[in-house]
Amino acid sequence: MSIGHTLLGLLESGPRHGYDLKRAFDEKFGHDRPLHYGQVYSTMSRLLKNGLVEVDGIEAGGGPERKRYAITEAGITDVERWLATPEKPEPYLQSTLYTKVVLALLTSRDAADILDTQRSEHLRGMRILTDRKRKGDLADQLICDHALFHLEADLRWLELTAARLDKLREAVAR
Amino acid sequence: MTSVTSVSATPSVPAGTLLAARDLRKAYGPTTALDGAAFSIHPGEVVAVMGPSGSGKSTLLHCLAGIVTPDSGSITYNGRELTAMNDAGRSALRRSEFGFVFQFGQLVPELTCVENVALPLRLNGTPRKEAERAALTWLERLEVDDVRKKRPGEVSGGQGQRVAVARSLVTGPRVVFADEPTGALDSLNGERVMELLTDAARSTNAAVVLVTHEARVAAYSDREIVVRDGKSRDMERVV
Ligand SMILES: Nc1ncnc2c1ncn2[C@@H]1O[C@H](COP(=O)(O)OP(=O)(O)OP(=O)(O)O)[C@@H](O)[C@H]1O
Ligand SMILES: [Mg+2]
Repeated sequence: MSIGHTLLGLLESGPRHGYDLKRAFDEKFGHDRPLHYGQVYSTMSRLLKNGLVEVDGIEAGGGPERKRYAITEAGITDVERWLATPEKPEPYLQSTLYTKVVLALLTSRDAADILDTQRSEHLRGMRILTDRKRKGDLADQLICDHALFHLEADLRWLELTAARLDKLREAVAR
Repeated sequence: MTSVTSVSATPSVPAGTLLAARDLRKAYGPTTALDGAAFSIHPGEVVAVMGPSGSGKSTLLHCLAGIVTPDSGSITYNGRELTAMNDAGRSALRRSEFGFVFQFGQLVPELTCVENVALPLRLNGTPRKEAERAALTWLERLEVDDVRKKRPGEVSGGQGQRVAVARSLVTGPRVVFADEPTGALDSLNGERVMELLTDAARSTNAAVVLVTHEARVAAYSDREIVVRDGKSRDMERVV
C-alpha cells in the first residue's frame, strides 16, 4: 500500500500536524499495522521535496511532529491519479483497494468509479486466462483455473464492497 | 463533396456497429429502471452487461431486443430505428435476426428437445424435416444430441440449458441475447455452456449481449459495460 498517497489523501480535507496524520492513518487504515513516527516523517519529507505538500505552520515546542502540513495542487493531482489507476491483481490487494475506497469517500470522490475500474482490470486478466484455458491442455486448464478462482474471490469482495458503499460512507464520516 | 454514406439516420452511431442505443429511459410507475443508458455492439462481439441486482440490466436487454419499448431514447439495429417500428415489425425482427437464452423456463415442456430447437425455424415457415435436421446439427454442436427425443422435464439443468442455447442459434441470428444463461448451472457446466455459446457465436459472426453477475462468465466476453441505477458505463472508453 502506498503510505505517501494515503497521507496525501488524508490531507485533502485540510492541513494537519504530523501526529494528527499518524493518528488518522492508524484509526482508518492501520488496525493491524500502525505507522511509526519515523515512517510519517520520512514520507512527509519526501512529499515536501516533491512539492506535493507544503509546511503550513509550526507549533511551538519543536520536533518534526509539530509541523503542520497542507496538500498542494500537485498533491491533489497525484492523489487523483493514484485513485484512478487500477491495482495489479496480487495478493492482499484488498488493503490498498480498501484504502482507496475510504479515501475516495473521505474526499467526496466517486468510490464506485474506483471499483468499476478495478473490476475492469481484473476482468482483463481473467479474459487472458480464460483464453489460455480454452486453447490449452488439461494442465493449462487447471493452472489457469487456480488463478481465475483467486481473481474471482477478489471480485466477489469488490462487489460486496460496492453494495455496501453507502454504509461505509456513513461509517467513515463518523 | 458528395457523401456516399448518408444512409444512416443517426450519424452518432459509429461505422460497423450492429446494434446501438442512446439515452434510454424507462420507468415502471415510480421505479426508474433505465436512466439514460447507452450501448453498442459490433458483429461477432461478445459484450457482458454487469452491475448490481435491480440496476436495470434485464430492462436494457429487453429494450435492445425490442421486447420492451423504452419511454425515450433511440435504438438502432443495422441502421433501422427500433423505436419507430410497430409491434409486428419488431417481432418479425426478433424472429429472424435475434436469438434468446434466459436463465429458466424457456423450453416448451410438451415438445421434445429436437422439436424445441426446431421451433424457431418452424415459426419462420421452414418445413419440419429440414428444421429438425438443422436442429439436430445444433444439438450435436452443443454436445446434447443424445437427449433429442426427451422432453425438457426429463433432462438435467445443464442439458436443458444447452438445448436452449442450440435453440437460440438455430436461425443463424445476428444477435444473441443471453440473460444469466448460466445462472442455474454449476461452474463446470456454466463454463462449458459459455464456451460453446461464444464459439458458436464467433463462428457465425453473431454478436452476443450477455447479462451476468459472474466474473468467470463475463471473462468469456470481449468487453463489459456496467449498469448502475439505470445508467451505463462503457468500461472500454474509460480505461
Ligand atoms: N415489469 C416490471 N414492472 C415493474 N417494475 C419492474 C419491471 N421490470 C423491472 N422492474 C424494476 O426495474 C428495476 C430494474 O430491473 P431489472 O430487472 O432491469 O434489474 P436487473 O439489473 O436485471 O436485476 P437482477 O440482477 O436482479 O436480474 C428494478 O427496480 C425492478 O424492480
Ligand atoms: Mg435481471
